[in-house]
Amino acid sequence: MSASVPTREVARRAFATEFNDATYTFKESDDDRAPVYSLLPTGQRANRVFVAGTLTETEDVGDDSEYWRGRIVDPTGTFFAYAGQYQPDATSVLRETETPAYVTVVGKPRSYETDEGDVNVSLRPESISVVDGATRNRWVVETAERTLDRIESFDAVASETPPEGGEAVAADEYAAMADTQYDPDLATYRDGVISALEDLEPEADEELAAEV
Amino acid sequence: MTDLREHAADIHEQFSDSLDVGVDEIESRLETLVSEYQVPVDEARRSIVSTYLDEADMDREDLSGGSTESASVADIDAPEEWLDVTVKIVDLWEPNADSIAQVGLLGDETGTVKFTKWAKSELPELEEGAVYRLEGVVTDEYQGRFSVKLNSATTIEELDTDIEVGDDSAEVEGALVDIQSGSGLIKRCPEEGCTRVLQNGRCSEHGDVEGEFDLRIKGVLDDGVEIHETIFNQESTEELTGITLEEAQEMAMDALDTEVVVEEMRETVLGRYYRVSGPTLGRYVLANDIERLGAPTDAERVLIRARSI
Repeated sequence: MSASVPTREVARRAFATEFNDATYTFKESDDDRAPVYSLLPTGQRANRVFVAGTLTETEDVGDDSEYWRGRIVDPTGTFFAYAGQYQPDATSVLRETETPAYVTVVGKPRSYETDEGDVNVSLRPESISVVDGATRNRWVVETAERTLDRIESFDAVASETPPEGGEAVAADEYAAMADTQYDPDLATYRDGVISALEDLEPEADEELAAEV
Repeated sequence: MTDLREHAADIHEQFSDSLDVGVDEIESRLETLVSEYQVPVDEARRSIVSTYLDEADMDREDLSGGSTESASVADIDAPEEWLDVTVKIVDLWEPNADSIAQVGLLGDETGTVKFTKWAKSELPELEEGAVYRLEGVVTDEYQGRFSVKLNSATTIEELDTDIEVGDDSAEVEGALVDIQSGSGLIKRCPEEGCTRVLQNGRCSEHGDVEGEFDLRIKGVLDDGVEIHETIFNQESTEELTGITLEEAQEMAMDALDTEVVVEEMRETVLGRYYRVSGPTLGRYVLANDIERLGAPTDAERVLIRARSI
């Protein structure tokens, strides 16, 4: 019916460790306004992410105008979120929230090169919400599941012998791209998933240990 | 005079379903215009049709075909078509204008569509959950979404049967990642059957009007795989945000700005998980039932899965 409705980018779920490893960015069209994607090492493009964690520290690191940095800690690492005058809502949350607090963030990955030549990945928030622990825990399980989905389809691609000189099929395009760009050690991300879930569910862990 | 008689018969034919008016009366009206007032016959005919359209609460376009055809709800793909449908009343909404007797959702096996029944048409009351044969409803379109209008030419017959309404309702869940513009405390056009949302006090159809307050959220639920655009009407917005229409109006009055309402709503609901279900309209899911999702329930299952990789 309304074919011209622009599609909104899905907010990908990734733990901090993987997010911070997503240093490679690309566009899929030459258009100036074409979305920029970060490539997640488990093989997915991300123009937007949804993350959750504990906001542990906020600091105004701006020179002339306000520019706030927030450290958001998940079970695997730390997201760095930066918000300035063009993100007034997120800026005011960072300015006014008393840490520590559970937050969720909808935002865009941004990468920049440091003076030392390293690429750092940070988060430019579209919105930051102060939430409860249950919401944060739901995100951990959801993100674990999405990460496993990616690892499994990555493995599926890797185990197939690609035809001579053949291109990876579209659905697994990003796994192939990640393989080329990062040659990732997927076990790291799987281990991250396991420890994130273990932190969440100590009882479940004990039960499993007893069974084994 | 036979000429006028023929025109009168034509007009009579067009309105025979909707108005109780005789050929003689039409002919005499025509004759008055043509003979006494020297109005060309085409113009006279036009004028009389206009009068009867008003009386019947119909649009000129509604006359084009004259005949109707049986149709399924999913077949509705063009405005201003006359159709006969056999449908169940799925949902009745609160009319937001006096001119509307009833508004809601009706459906058959193939799907659902919004309907509007005019107060002026003085049709019998439709009941939620009942099945009706509706003859002579007119389709309408607004921004790519279709609806049907019941007018005084529509006949309604209640059927003693049930319909399994097509499953175009959906249940979706995810994090509420965005509240789109046009959400919060809004004003709608009070014109008959319009209900368009005003932009700066203006209706795109009716110009400057005294709007009527309403609450609405156009939100995006995102589960990390796909997005679902969702509309919360007044009732579900109140349930979602805990802010009633009355409170929203007070907030806006205090701040002299309606934006404070949506800002408050963003703070309360953005970045949380919800499951909503309801009928779909175009690309939107209408959130009839809302559930806030709390602590995860499947951590153990996911952990087992992770260890098995």
